[in-house]
Amino acid sequence: MTDEANGEKKSPRIGVFICHCGSNIGGFVDVKAVTEYAATLPDVAYATDNLYTCAEDGLNNIKESIKEHNLDRVIVSSCTPRTHAPLFQRTCEAAGLNKYMFTFVNIREHCSWVHMKDRERATQKAKDLVRMGVARARFLEPQEETKIDVTQAALVVGGGVSGMTAALSLANMGFPVHLVEKDNELGGFVRNLHGLMNTKKSAGETIEPLIDKVNAQKNITQHLNSRVATVEGFIGNYDVTIGGDDAEPKEVKVGTIIVATGAVPLVPEGLFGYKEHPNVVTATEFEELCKKKDIPKLKNVAFIQCVGSRGQKVSYCSRICCNVAIKTAINIAENRDNMLGVTEEKPAEAGGQAVEEPAADMKAEEGTERRRRRRGRGRREGEDAVEEGAAPSSGVEITVFNRDVMAYGVEHELEFNKAREKRVKFIRYVPDNLPKVTMKDGNLEVGYFHETLKMERSMPVDMVILSTPLVSQPDASTLSQLLKVPLGQDGFFQEAHVKLRPVDFATDGVFVCGTCRGPADIAEAASQAAAAASRAAIPLANGFVQAEALTSRVDETKCTGCGTCVEVCPYGALRKNEEGISEVIAAACKGCGCCGATCPEGAITMTHYTDQQLLAEAKAALEEG
Amino acid sequence: MEKEADPGEEQSTYDPKIIAFCCNWCSYAGADLAGTTRLQYPTNVRIIRVMCSGRVDPAFVLKAFALGADGVIVAGCHPSDCHYINGNEKTAMRGTFLTEFLEEAGLEPQRFKVEWIAGSEGRKFADVVKRMVDELQVLGPISEEGEQ
Repeated sequence: MTDEANGEKKSPRIGVFICHCGSNIGGFVDVKAVTEYAATLPDVAYATDNLYTCAEDGLNNIKESIKEHNLDRVIVSSCTPRTHAPLFQRTCEAAGLNKYMFTFVNIREHCSWVHMKDRERATQKAKDLVRMGVARARFLEPQEETKIDVTQAALVVGGGVSGMTAALSLANMGFPVHLVEKDNELGGFVRNLHGLMNTKKSAGETIEPLIDKVNAQKNITQHLNSRVATVEGFIGNYDVTIGGDDAEPKEVKVGTIIVATGAVPLVPEGLFGYKEHPNVVTATEFEELCKKKDIPKLKNVAFIQCVGSRGQKVSYCSRICCNVAIKTAINIAENRDNMLGVTEEKPAEAGGQAVEEPAADMKAEEGTERRRRRRGRGRREGEDAVEEGAAPSSGVEITVFNRDVMAYGVEHELEFNKAREKRVKFIRYVPDNLPKVTMKDGNLEVGYFHETLKMERSMPVDMVILSTPLVSQPDASTLSQLLKVPLGQDGFFQEAHVKLRPVDFATDGVFVCGTCRGPADIAEAASQAAAAASRAAIPLANGFVQAEALTSRVDETKCTGCGTCVEVCPYGALRKNEEGISEVIAAACKGCGCCGATCPEGAITMTHYTDQQLLAEAKAALEEG
Repeated sequence: MEKEADPGEEQSTYDPKIIAFCCNWCSYAGADLAGTTRLQYPTNVRIIRVMCSGRVDPAFVLKAFALGADGVIVAGCHPSDCHYINGNEKTAMRGTFLTEFLEEAGLEPQRFKVEWIAGSEGRKFADVVKRMVDELQVLGPISEEGEQ
């Protein structure tokens, strides 16, 4: 912490290279004066200026000077380390100097460019900044980046579409995979469903091949009726205990972990007459009824979208429900005489003709309908106008009450158009005026405010289908704590970077895919799973990971084992050893330094950003130059 | 704040010194952007780069004042945007504690600031520095009995 520890063996030999950056620095700062000043600073063995330090001759100048002047530390005083540090570090390495013996001083972005009107003060500031750099450089120490061996196996948590896809990808690459599923069979949420969007195949027919492949893949060890009980370790070296409901806990060693635990639909307690009136079901329950072939003959069906989402119970849009409603609406419309093909033995999905047949006589009507719409009516009004006419020829009236239809992408927009051609009505509501589901004379009824007509309306219905959002698994936080990976505010797992690292966690070695990180359809979940698998395969394929050189180090003689650092570390990179003293897991440490700033005993040193180095900078900044 | 400070024209001989601890990922990048976009601000600030604002031990702030700083800024990523998951949350907690502590020690609250500056907020960085210099110009040097 203080300068006392400053008992170096031999005094450092610092080389300072000050860049003009053409006129970017040279035009606003007296670079020659700064260079002359740098030469007078303690331990500076050599100081020079370059027109462009990052150009070939500037870099050669650094390399030659390191040899010629026997430099053991290099400072480049130019632009920002955020772009140019790696270049100069490589130059130092090429001249045999450890790259951590390099320090950057930013006199362009932080000086010449922001003080363009005051050459004198800009020059003074540049001198101060160089003095700070020299003060820091005197305490630099070489650092080594160590390689850590990786266990070439993976753990995938969750046996739904995402988990199975990820596990298969990794297994096909040749890595052993432990697939943990809490239920007694694979398939996840999709197993509950009847029909899917954008395919005529049923949900079961869609995922069966995937399940078969997983069953056939010898590299995959399935752990059904199981959960992750404990996780110890770090990237490349995880010790995981898998607890079974009726089996002995199993211990496995893996190098990387993929989280694919999925999501569950919101149960809309207290909303839109759910559980209060008969035949008010969620979209998922409707699928289950279809599967059980338990749908009554319907004349009037209402969908209500955004039930509980977008500000009601959860804040977000669940993305998939509009498309699910469109899919289901089309399904109902196409199977009007043979409700979803489930009341009789006439499967809807398999029978291409069964579906196409009624379409023929509808063609003519659709044509008129389209012409009518084109005749100057707005799109929404056009839809609403149908409502007044005779019931659509399909004999089943389908109304989708929505806030706005999110039929994003190519296929979904086409499906949306198809639903409209099939006379599915899309009626808009605003959040301030929600539709009301009531019972009138023993009949189900939906009351709503017609936004175009500005009138209260109502319609009798046989069934109300509530589109509820996917919400996070209720036990997501348990896994989140075990793996030390974060959940976002909606309880979904949170990726490292919303755009650039969508399937990574900030913690190395742990990845995420599928609906456990937010609502997604099957295709999206499968893409994410393939992405997560390929990310998780990198350390496995390499067989090693390069640990950060910038990590914290614990001085065992100072540590009292209070455990504060273990608590503050966001990466679980600190743990207590058998003696109760903190130790750093170098492979897991990211070098943020939170532990160093928190340790009440000053027992933690952050390499390359030591207290000594930072305070030397502060001291130099406040000295008179 | 009432006083318009023009960096070119010194109203007094008092030239406050500001130490700004900036995290590498957001606020240091914000300061870089101020440069790239040529935003002009007073020369009084000296940036010390740390990887995370959570690295800044409260003792560093106290030490900086003891060494003669007139103002100290600890700048990090915006809440929930920390490169190290939640280092800035620790900064926020320490900031609250430090503000109270410094006030008890007799230092004006304007002398110590925790700021969230994103890599895209060059303007904010320049404004934060300008504002602090203005405020320090009004306050003047730290009075002797105030510190320590």
